[in-house]
Amino acid sequence: MDLNSIWFWLVGVLIIGYAILDGFDFGVGILSLFAKNEEERRIHMNAIGPVWDGNEVWLLTGGGALFAAFPVVYATVFSGFYLALMLLLVTLIARAVSFEFRSKVESSSWRRIWDWAFGLGSLLPALLFGVAIGNILHGVPVDTGGNYLGSFLGLLNPFSIGVGLLSVVLFTMHGAIYLASKTDGALQSRAVDWASKLWILFVLLYVVMTLWSWLGSPFLFAGSMKNPFFFIFLILLVGTIVYLPIVIKSGKFGRAFFTSSLLITSMLGQMALSLFPRLVPSSIDLAYSLTIYNASSSSLTLQTMLIIALVGVPIVIAYSAFIHYVFRGKVEITKESY
Amino acid sequence: MDALLLARLQFAMTIGFHFLFPPISIGLGWLLVMMEWYGWKKNDELYVRMGKFFAKLFALTFAVGVATGIVMEFQFGTNWATYSKFVGDIFGAPLAAEGVFAFFLESGFLGLYLFGRNKVSKPIHWFSSLMVAVGATISAFWIIVANSWQQTPAGYVIRNGRAELTSFYDAVFNPSTLIRYFHTVDAALITGAFFVAGIAAYLILKGKEIELAQKAMKLAVIFGLITSLLELMPFGHEHAKQVARTQPEKFAAIEGLYTSQPQAPMVLFAVPFTKPPELKAVVEIQGVLSWMAFGDVNAHIKGINEFPRENIPPLWLTFVSFHNMVVLGMFFIAITLYATYLLWKKNLFEKKWLLKLFTWSIPLPLAACQLGWMAAEVGRQPWIVYGLLRTADASSITVSAPEILFSIILFGCVYLLLGALYIYLLVREVKHGPEPANG
Repeated sequence: MDLNSIWFWLVGVLIIGYAILDGFDFGVGILSLFAKNEEERRIHMNAIGPVWDGNEVWLLTGGGALFAAFPVVYATVFSGFYLALMLLLVTLIARAVSFEFRSKVESSSWRRIWDWAFGLGSLLPALLFGVAIGNILHGVPVDTGGNYLGSFLGLLNPFSIGVGLLSVVLFTMHGAIYLASKTDGALQSRAVDWASKLWILFVLLYVVMTLWSWLGSPFLFAGSMKNPFFFIFLILLVGTIVYLPIVIKSGKFGRAFFTSSLLITSMLGQMALSLFPRLVPSSIDLAYSLTIYNASSSSLTLQTMLIIALVGVPIVIAYSAFIHYVFRGKVEITKESY
Repeated sequence: MDALLLARLQFAMTIGFHFLFPPISIGLGWLLVMMEWYGWKKNDELYVRMGKFFAKLFALTFAVGVATGIVMEFQFGTNWATYSKFVGDIFGAPLAAEGVFAFFLESGFLGLYLFGRNKVSKPIHWFSSLMVAVGATISAFWIIVANSWQQTPAGYVIRNGRAELTSFYDAVFNPSTLIRYFHTVDAALITGAFFVAGIAAYLILKGKEIELAQKAMKLAVIFGLITSLLELMPFGHEHAKQVARTQPEKFAAIEGLYTSQPQAPMVLFAVPFTKPPELKAVVEIQGVLSWMAFGDVNAHIKGINEFPRENIPPLWLTFVSFHNMVVLGMFFIAITLYATYLLWKKNLFEKKWLLKLFTWSIPLPLAACQLGWMAAEVGRQPWIVYGLLRTADASSITVSAPEILFSIILFGCVYLLLGALYIYLLVREVKHGPEPANG
């Protein structure tokens, strides 16, 4: 495997890590919109309170890594998806401040505002995450010079919105499982109920979107079907999908969370495999696509970055795991809580 | 309005607003490390409560800093796509390194620090406060690396129509990185010192938690004095020497040296006019600038007249921002020096006017940070990468002026709201004061 391919997969790992970690934050945020009272809303917030910020760093690091490894993709996609990205940023800002702002004042109308900021600041990024992936899978109007020729409304095509909905459903299910592991009593059983219902919706949407991409973007399947990993991911995906409702019913929520994390990994892994070696397929002409070769940094930069990643990431994973371990168990509302 | 100007306005606005928060986080972060250290080592409940109180203010500041920081990570790609393609081979790495080495550390351990007080042992809790401060300080390092490469690019070659890395070490430790790093981080430490001192002074004036506030004030005043002195000597001085050597146009602009001369004067006060560039009502000392910059009273320093017109930065803004920053720096030394003297005389806390002055001085180091940053960035114009790429050639070609205008208005409104809410909540929290013991 050459350096460019290694970086394709490293950026992939960052995106998958982000989807798993901030994915459950988004899910819990979305579910908080359905919380029944003040105590429940606080439980939602504090379930992710100590860890959401570290989870979001996966996005920042993913953005930085994309800039460093594939600057042409970073420049083309971010300037091309301009308005969508600005909206995403505003929603992420709303969520980021909602924790601190909400808890500081006890008036109920004040808190309602930040409940919405928290909920919508979770729902919209989850949707836009999927819409962005949908557009990449669908192909983006990129010309020979690597310039985006489409419009904002062009990003909101039916296929991409479909992937957006799939991502909302997936993250909400993932978040519901996480919430079930952090709560007990009525809230826990409602979370279990949510997770089971969302699983059905997820399976339906996933089948529809897979068929749709088969018809709409045949290039995704042309090369990847020859790759044995495609089938490894597929088996893993089908296995986790089938196992998930069983493990949820059994009440082993830690294991269920691990299963849905694996589901996200295999689903995104399979998508990445279908794209490889393209990063942004061009819908004008596949030959114009941005690939890991024509959009990458020099090999010296890729090498240097690899060293940084190999030194830094294991340390990050070690202490992040420790921090998640410290905050294991059910949510307790204390004086320090949000 | 044209897209370039709007893109520049947007960058100035978003970075300017964001840069209000990291200096507080870095400075306050280190003061929290000290408070928690005393709380743990001396087993002093007062310092524990002090830590808890300032940690709340830290968390609020950090939240707004994070929220506005996300924008920065993406803005190079959205608004400055041509720049991103040109420098991506070099500029992206420090941003990614910032994520890996700093952001994870800072945000991960902040969660542990804020919510883990009763879940982990005291040493680990203190360690988490240390990691928050270390993370914030490392974060500053990588950002300064990226920005310093724009000021004094090194370790690259122009190939394939872009700047390509030839030496990571040279690019990271380019001629201005280290001195700019010390200068900026020390500015953040001063900001933290004045933040704590000002709030402690307020509590003393209101007669709230006097014993706690006096201890906090003492810590902050001494910390502020040391950091303010260091900012003048060596950091500020050495930074100016570096600019004189590596960016002579910027040096001439900030110092108001419009004609080349030996025995160049140090301008203490002047009102700058731009057409033609000249200073009026000047108070200056002959030869001091030559001596300060090159160690020789007779050293010849290039003035603005010696550079091609198309390479000259805006003169008014650079001169004014730089000089006002220096004035503020002198004020920081004066006020902390006097306060330290009064501490030694044991009557600082009776001087009501001085305590009031400290409270009103909380925003001043932030103003100095903004002014210094302006001098650095406007002084680099018309280049986005000094000598390599002009700002005019760096923006996104696929983003239209109306789109940028829309996002300026959007972020303008959001930031106005965030700024107002931040101040409102900060003041509220300060007025509420530290939580009572055993409460």
